[in-house]
Amino acid sequence: MSEALVPHQAKADTPRKRPLPGSWFARAIESDLFYSFRRSRLTMVATAMTVLFFLLAILASVLAVQNPFDPAQLQLMNSRIAPIWTADGQSPFLLGTDEQGRDVFSAILYGLRISLTVGVLGVLFSGTLGIILGLIAGYIGGAVDGLIMRIADVQLTFPAILIALLVNGVVKSVFGNRLDAMSTLVVLVIAIGLSFWVQYARTVRGSVMVEKNKDYVAAAQLIGLPAWVIMLRHVLPNAMGPILVIATINLALAIITEATLSFLGAGMPDTMPSLGTLIRIGNNYLFAGEWWIVAFPGIALAALILSINLLGDWLRDALNPKLR
Amino acid sequence: MSVRQSLLAAAIVSIVAFAISPASAQTLRYANQGELKSLDPYTLKETTTIAHHAHVYEGLVTRDKDLKIVPALAESWETLEPTRWRFHLRKNVKFHNGNPFTADDVIFSADRIRAKGSNFLTNVPADAKFVKIDDYTVDVKLDSPNPILISQWDGWYIMNKKWCEENNAVAPTPASATTPSYASLHENGTGPFMIESHQPGVKTVFKANPNWWRKPEHNLKEIIFTSIGSDATRVAALLSGEVDVVEPVPIQDIQRVNASGTGTVMTGPEIRTIFLGMDQVRDELLYSNVKGKNPFKDIRVREAFYKAIDVELIKSRVMRGLSTPSALMVAPQLYVLSKDFARPKFDPDGAKKLLTEAGYPDGFEVTMDCPNDRYVNDAAICQAVVGMLARIGVKINLLAQPKAQYFAKVLKPGGYQTSFYMLGWTPASSDSHNVLNDILGCRDDPKSSRGEANLGGYCNKKLDEVADKVLQEADTAKRDLLIKEAFEIAAKDFGYIPLHQQALAWGVSKKVKLTQRADNQVLLYWATKQEE
Repeated sequence: MSEALVPHQAKADTPRKRPLPGSWFARAIESDLFYSFRRSRLTMVATAMTVLFFLLAILASVLAVQNPFDPAQLQLMNSRIAPIWTADGQSPFLLGTDEQGRDVFSAILYGLRISLTVGVLGVLFSGTLGIILGLIAGYIGGAVDGLIMRIADVQLTFPAILIALLVNGVVKSVFGNRLDAMSTLVVLVIAIGLSFWVQYARTVRGSVMVEKNKDYVAAAQLIGLPAWVIMLRHVLPNAMGPILVIATINLALAIITEATLSFLGAGMPDTMPSLGTLIRIGNNYLFAGEWWIVAFPGIALAALILSINLLGDWLRDALNPKLR
Repeated sequence: MSVRQSLLAAAIVSIVAFAISPASAQTLRYANQGELKSLDPYTLKETTTIAHHAHVYEGLVTRDKDLKIVPALAESWETLEPTRWRFHLRKNVKFHNGNPFTADDVIFSADRIRAKGSNFLTNVPADAKFVKIDDYTVDVKLDSPNPILISQWDGWYIMNKKWCEENNAVAPTPASATTPSYASLHENGTGPFMIESHQPGVKTVFKANPNWWRKPEHNLKEIIFTSIGSDATRVAALLSGEVDVVEPVPIQDIQRVNASGTGTVMTGPEIRTIFLGMDQVRDELLYSNVKGKNPFKDIRVREAFYKAIDVELIKSRVMRGLSTPSALMVAPQLYVLSKDFARPKFDPDGAKKLLTEAGYPDGFEVTMDCPNDRYVNDAAICQAVVGMLARIGVKINLLAQPKAQYFAKVLKPGGYQTSFYMLGWTPASSDSHNVLNDILGCRDDPKSSRGEANLGGYCNKKLDEVADKVLQEADTAKRDLLIKEAFEIAAKDFGYIPLHQQALAWGVSKKVKLTQRADNQVLLYWATKQEE
């Protein structure tokens, strides 16, 4: 998929027919991208949802009635209360509470924060790694290229979740049980980052291979710019489009991966739950009829993934000249 | 497995079953929340594992359905003098590989269970010397009288000397071993079942032993054991008929199972006591932000922890009423005077004051070790404890792990690596002395096996003295008073924080009849299953 996107990149350098006056904002409003955005209602809804989720996560400490990560704020007396609109509901627990007296709504907000943090950081990490390796492979070529791309090929034969589990397991066995919640988060980011860099590397490498034989690169080389400047300042910007698409879709994948790891018990601890941990905990109470403990975190996760994916899909189509 | 494959498998199984065994022999599928790692019967002293091993191995004695000691591989025994016991072994018993069972195997097993790496050191007293009189008679000589010598021998399984020697398995496999030994992957017992295949931690298939010396009470041809860690999945497996017996049924699902029509939940009080322990031995805790000293050495800190925990709330909320809060480290069924003990009142303000007096006005930080697939709602109880202690300013980093990792870390083979932990204990002898010795006894003498399971190293020499008197006292009334004295010392020291006795909850298909023993050993050699 990503390889197919490469040829149109040349287009990005061709000067615009009508230079746009005014600020970047005016330029953005009149861009093709924004035009396509305005025409798709679904995309607007998806964007609104995504923004909403990010806002909820950022404002979690303001919106939540309690801090579910602080055990001192949890009252066991308040455990297993049904959502507020049911007969057994109780204020202020909007979506009910779990078996530790954690307010499900607050837990979702804080869980979103963890999920999005891990997702965004994971994407940044895998993106940086993939871009650097892709640039090196494409620009230098030869044996280095062969080595990096063969590693990438080997890794592509495993599902990402397997790599993430492997990295997670190795780190945990090396550091033993001394990991606290914060370092668990870092381990998750690294595990997820290492599982998703391949797509970036392959895409960037493809773009670089096309770009590096063009005259502007030759010109840059002639005036004696160092290789890394050429790579970063001249070649990379022409490969940004597809990277953006991959990053958006990978954000959703990274969040799912984190949720899966936590659901399997390899992710965030019970005392600092992410959405996946909440679903795992709630799963135990499904048979007992306490559905809200698992249902709401599940819905939140599904809605989040769906909106990010819709956004990614639209971005891919909008940046693909063949579909215009 | 595809439908066709399973049909084929079912066809083959039924043909084979028809051909080689009586028509009524059944396959019973059993799922437990925990896994079966090692088949070596001296590796892990833990009820579920011991119960699994009871299907393939046997001891000189065993316990019946009411937990009474009855003869097994020893036909009878007598006390020639207070320090000398004679055991008459059962003749014509064969191990699964065909080797005959003789006195040599008993003497070998007595050495092996007390060798380095064994988790069962206290089951056979260190001062007991085993002497072979003839092939079917063994004498045991003791330094001092011990009326409860055989009370823990139901968990001491006899292994075959020749088989162990041939397979390089003379030394017991320690729980912390990273590579499996031959004995941890294979078995050679005398028991009612033989292991057909064993995938550690995944699946174990037991096949009925046609040459068992006893007449079987079960009508099974095989038992397929799998580990299902997820509560919801385990219950779903029972409800769908995929498995016939599950242990435990999470207490929140008991109603659901009973209402389902496919299974029932057998409940009853368990004699296991769940408690919290604190490291009182090290000069500095392994996992804490307090450096240079150990806060748990201060009795006020231990008392503060005790008083900060609201065990009634844990009972009503986490255990849904299915627990008996306990002031003692032993269950009331096992000790008549337990009603004389009461827990100190739940008192968070008093606890906070005690912490301040002890020099921790802002509390401190410590890591708590907790299993998450061993006891009823274990991780949830630990989380509740974390919350309650947070209210007196103590920050607990909770490390809830599957029992395999948990036990490897906190037990003796792992070097007692814990600062604060949760454990459950069922005295193997069904007697308080086991608790006084294994849990409350000092572990400062490396040669003695006292304090084996005293993970925090609580120590009071006076208690040890009384415990020794308890061991030798034959008069029941006097003995009970001595036990009381010992428990009072422990309670005054706040050496441990007893929480409660949990309830048993076995999920059993309507097709299966089972005997439930109060020590929570799921023993399927008493199970019968209706024809399918």
